[in-house]
Amino acid sequence: MQPSPLSPRGGRLLAQHDPRLLVVALVLFALVTVSLKTPTAAAVALAAALALAAAGGLPLRELLRRLAVLEGFMLVVLATLPFTVPGEAWLTFGPLTATREGLFTAVLIALKANAVVLALLGLLGGLEPAVLGHALGRLGLPEKLVHLLLLTVRQIALLDQEQRRLRQAMRARAFVPRSDRHTWISYGNLIGMLLVRSLERSRRIEAAMRCRGFQGRLYLLDSHRWRFPDTAWLVGLLPLLAGLLALDRLS
Amino acid sequence: MLITGAVVSVGLLAVSLRRLDYQALPQAAVLAATFFVASLISVPLGPSSVHLLLNGLMGLLLGWTAVPALFVALVLQAAFFGFGGVLVLGVNTMNMALPAVLCALVLRPLLPRAGPRAMFLIGAAAGAAGVMLTGTCVALSLGLSGEPFWPAAKAIVLIYIPLALVEALMTGTVMSFLNRVAPELVLHGEAPHV
Repeated sequence: MQPSPLSPRGGRLLAQHDPRLLVVALVLFALVTVSLKTPTAAAVALAAALALAAAGGLPLRELLRRLAVLEGFMLVVLATLPFTVPGEAWLTFGPLTATREGLFTAVLIALKANAVVLALLGLLGGLEPAVLGHALGRLGLPEKLVHLLLLTVRQIALLDQEQRRLRQAMRARAFVPRSDRHTWISYGNLIGMLLVRSLERSRRIEAAMRCRGFQGRLYLLDSHRWRFPDTAWLVGLLPLLAGLLALDRLS
Repeated sequence: MLITGAVVSVGLLAVSLRRLDYQALPQAAVLAATFFVASLISVPLGPSSVHLLLNGLMGLLLGWTAVPALFVALVLQAAFFGFGGVLVLGVNTMNMALPAVLCALVLRPLLPRAGPRAMFLIGAAAGAAGVMLTGTCVALSLGLSGEPFWPAAKAIVLIYIPLALVEALMTGTVMSFLNRVAPELVLHGEAPHV
């Protein structure tokens, strides 16, 4: 049996805290990091995020693979910024002139974006998806949305297995994905089949849930308690974030 | 820009959640999960490979329910794969959900009267519109952050064009497949117990 694509890869070190603490800490850290204006402070934020990611215990390869996705999108922005921000000339390639200010902006954005994603992977990497759903529900996300999230998480694991079975059946018929029309149409049919199967499944689930008296309400049964160490961590975090802001504004 | 995106997304979510019946939750969840899983399939394109957005197809099949379904998928992608950050969640939801809602409003009413050929074309239109509008929204989000971002924004629109072509072909195929195999899903996929 394959693990769900959403099963946590990180360690349990941070996951033993109340998940609400992790979510709140992440949002605060992200807000502060995005508002930073100096590379020094942004570098400190990145270092802090690296420490969080290390504490989160996500394997290094996994971490790099996920950062690579971010870098792919960022590359377009980072490669053009030095040439588009007006300012003092720094390097000249033919008709193009890179400016110091542009380079500065690009470096700043790269530091901040990586810091936020690293902190996210570190803080939430060890959480079970259902635990995250409960935490968001306790933090005031609308009930319907939380229910949808919890039900979706469960279905993703099942449908991923269905998808693997269908793909295996295609491989057994010597299907090799290539960059051609045949592949795209075959994958279109695969997605269509997945939808048909999932609709049948959803009818069965709905019938089963009605049999058990489902009236449109799931109860959030979680055992997490907000404990004293959680408050201590949150209180301890605030001066650190304030320090980061002070470093940014005063230097 | 982050704030605009968050406000628009909260508004869209509020409207769509009011329309979403509790009884329809299990079905919405299964379809949201299907789209999540389908978007994990990497489709070869030229020397590289791409992942599908599928927001056009979601709008077509789910109607307004596509908005919370997309939001849930984006939350899960952000939390477990680190795609995008926490703060861009609002902008991302807006960029994905607006085209889906547009497909739901414009193309979805055409479905009941469509023949097999038209079904493919509607699907293709939804696929292309979903991707290109999302690409434009992403570029606009970036472009509105300041003039220095304009070249990057234009580059992003160009990158989305081949993706839109592949997605159009695939969404068209999905729609004609569903039309043959499970026409009830195409005609009233959102409300199975009216």
